Amino acid sequence: MPRFANPSQFMKLSSYLMPVCGVAAAGFIGVGLYLALFVAPPDYQQGEAVRIMYVHVPSAWMASLVYALVATGSAVGLIWRHPLAHIAAEQAAPLGAGFTLICLVSGSLWGEPMWGTWWVWDARLTSVLVLFFLYLGFIALDNAFDDQERGTRAAAILAIVGVVNLPIIKFSVDWWNTLHQKASVFRMGGPTIAPSLLWPLLVMAVGFLFFFSALLMLRMRSALMHARLRALTFGNP
Amino acid sequence: MMDWQAFFDMGGYARFVWPAYGVAALVLTGLLIWSLGEYRRVKRDLAAREQAMPSRKRARKQARGS
Repeated sequence: MPRFANPSQFMKLSSYLMPVCGVAAAGFIGVGLYLALFVAPPDYQQGEAVRIMYVHVPSAWMASLVYALVATGSAVGLIWRHPLAHIAAEQAAPLGAGFTLICLVSGSLWGEPMWGTWWVWDARLTSVLVLFFLYLGFIALDNAFDDQERGTRAAAILAIVGVVNLPIIKFSVDWWNTLHQKASVFRMGGPTIAPSLLWPLLVMAVGFLFFFSALLMLRMRSALMHARLRALTFGNP
Repeated sequence: MMDWQAFFDMGGYARFVWPAYGVAALVLTGLLIWSLGEYRRVKRDLAAREQAMPSRKRARKQARGS
């Protein structure tokens, strides 16, 4: 860990990994779109509307995954003062907010034709909306103080407290009677979804993951260069 | 031969399916363009700042008086 904590080590490593992830993202999302729009069959009940799943579900997975990363980075940054951890959390947060927004909007567009409503205050939808506000709160707190360190600490504490929302999102469909359907991929006893629908979904999800990884590295590189620029301009703290 | 009319119609769900894909494309490309713009800007500013400073090697040489 200490060696990996070195920002110059990160700059070197990411200069190779970032383009690899970028190319992989383009490839997986390209193939994923083809599978989702042309190859996957229409659902016997939902017809073609089921294709919304291929953007809705991967973005929902990313929304929770990225939040877990933001919270982990925040915790590591607070406890071990790891120089890259806070930067990773800060730079991942806007990306996570973006995935959450895609999840909410595409879910709404799926809800109207299938449930007959754009929105319902059931446990799953509400907890994902809370996740979106946690991201916004994290970003706002991080930038709310003149003293950057205080902002970082306050945002990190919010991110760690907000982790309780993740199991609520995951198990909301089991704990409460929700309009939202139950898990059909990550569940005990394996997926209940047909392989012809599952494969395009997984390809798309891997594409989203690569896209996020490439963009996170890009943003962390910017943040490190920005920190160096500040140090050169205002003197080393 | 592919029936493009039917494809774009999405079995009558066109006004739900395409906006869902559109929002995803918009948000993801928006994040990409924003992040790339930041990257280019800070990279340029840092290069300009470093150019304006004497390098450490040069500074050491000057200190030695060579």
